[in-house]
Amino acid sequence: MSWLSDGAVERVRRAATEPEPVAGLPPEPPAAPPNLGGDRYRLREPLGRGGMGTVYRAWDRELEREVAVKVLDAVDPEAARRMLQEARVVARLEHPGIVPVHDAATLPDGRVWYAMRLVRGSRLDQVVAPVAAERRALPELLRIFERICDAVAFAHSHGVIHRDLKPENVMVGPFGEVLVMDWGVAKVGAAAGTEARPGPRPGAAAASARPGTAHGTVLGTPGFMAPEQERGEVERVDERTDVYALGAILRELLVGGAAPRPLVAVSRKAMSSAPEDRYPSVGQLAAEVSRYLDGLPVVAYREGPIERLRRFGRRYRVAILLILAYVLMRAAFMLWAGF
Amino acid sequence: MAGEPGIAGGQGRGGGFPPTRLSVVRALGSREEAVRHPAFAALVEGYWRPAYKYLRVRWRLSAEEAEDLTQEFFTRALEKRYFDRYEPERARFRTYLRTCLDRFAANQRRSAGRLKRGGGTSLLPLDFASAEGEVARAGGGAAERAGSDPESYFHQEWRRALFHDAVAELRAACAAAGREVRFAVFERYDLEGGEGLTYAALGEELGLPATQVTNHLAWARRELRRIVLERLERLCGSEEELAAEARDLLGADPR
Repeated sequence: MSWLSDGAVERVRRAATEPEPVAGLPPEPPAAPPNLGGDRYRLREPLGRGGMGTVYRAWDRELEREVAVKVLDAVDPEAARRMLQEARVVARLEHPGIVPVHDAATLPDGRVWYAMRLVRGSRLDQVVAPVAAERRALPELLRIFERICDAVAFAHSHGVIHRDLKPENVMVGPFGEVLVMDWGVAKVGAAAGTEARPGPRPGAAAASARPGTAHGTVLGTPGFMAPEQERGEVERVDERTDVYALGAILRELLVGGAAPRPLVAVSRKAMSSAPEDRYPSVGQLAAEVSRYLDGLPVVAYREGPIERLRRFGRRYRVAILLILAYVLMRAAFMLWAGF
Repeated sequence: MAGEPGIAGGQGRGGGFPPTRLSVVRALGSREEAVRHPAFAALVEGYWRPAYKYLRVRWRLSAEEAEDLTQEFFTRALEKRYFDRYEPERARFRTYLRTCLDRFAANQRRSAGRLKRGGGTSLLPLDFASAEGEVARAGGGAAERAGSDPESYFHQEWRRALFHDAVAELRAACAAAGREVRFAVFERYDLEGGEGLTYAALGEELGLPATQVTNHLAWARRELRRIVLERLERLCGSEEELAAEARDLLGADPR
């Protein structure tokens, strides 16, 4: 965002000071759970409110299990289209790292809802920066990162670009499961075409923004948006746009402690301004992180001899200790035998 | 939060922190590293930009020196727990932080053994290029203001950073919710502040009825106010300071 001049600061301050110049505010989300019609889902308390809708805990009477149901807050055809798009995209991506959608429908007033698995756990931003004592060690965070990459790479293989990857959109479950959420602004390419909503012509994936996302439209989150996304260059958004956001997530995982230089270099490469300077695919980014975890050198960072030695020491710590122990024992035995 | 169901999406950066709205200043004093780390991140987010500009303008450091010193200041502040000694009854937190920054800069200037660029510091992903652009746009008048009244200059830049970040968060929230038109109304009417622009004229420009323009504007302003107050809550050192800052910035009755 551009710099705020003194005049702009004062205007913004005044706007925040006098927020109520008019009547007729947009509708608040309904206090009571909406009636979905039919007998299958019984909505309970709201669990959270996103940009478009409210998510309720619900009971699925057919399968006798708890689910989450997201219901659009307001009657808004554009929001309804986006939410239905989100449900369809997610339903198509069957992957352990992507929350499964069970059901979707439209209410008589035009509001869309869909039912999905109830995700238990914490958002990644809470895992990285919790007030509760649940901050994870770096290797564990990196393994979470690898799983995020798996899910995103899977989506890419189906022609879907997430476009809003950030720690708040990743859930980490109590058993280590990692789920990438909030596909509401995803870009759907040719590979994801369906009968319900025909995709673009084969071969036109790179230029196939979903309907309604015109050139110049900015969707995403500052700090995690690639430059081409920030400029609203919809046709330039591709897998490398998500690579940038993943680089920003990796950077978040490193903030606060002494960041290992190879990982800083990996994050920087992923966040290069020019898409062609980034990793060409999420798989290659994930492979770099895996190399680091395995004690191997990463492509993005040229290490010095001392660093190489340290890494070698870390990688073969057990073997080195065993050899040292053997040598010491052998020396002790020889000394004892000599006496 | 472990074990509790949660839903991702639609919340701004830092929406999950701190869940109890505990001031970062108080959280920094915690003995638990898990509490201090997120507080530190929020503190840096709120103060790095005015700190960098202050070093550039008031201390007349080069861009590279100011970058290094900003990084080192916050990293050292976390390690050495500078902010543990803050006493809310004596000054506002930003005044205390600026005083610490002055002392730090003075010590560094005296010491020839300052750390080399990047040496031993933790990574703070800060967008110095944009801050440097702001320094350039402010021109020479800023140096004069900073020289004659450092506190007022620091306050002004802190305020600019607060509103800048709040507007960015509002924009992102609108985009994520598919409500770009609401931000467009706010941007055109409040941010750009077109001379003599009426609701009707703006409606015509954006293809909206005037009533819709006023509705969108009210919503955006209310959201902005909420975001500013949330950020203030995190960045102030005490309830009294929050009340005073909110009063100064947003009027007598911020709630």
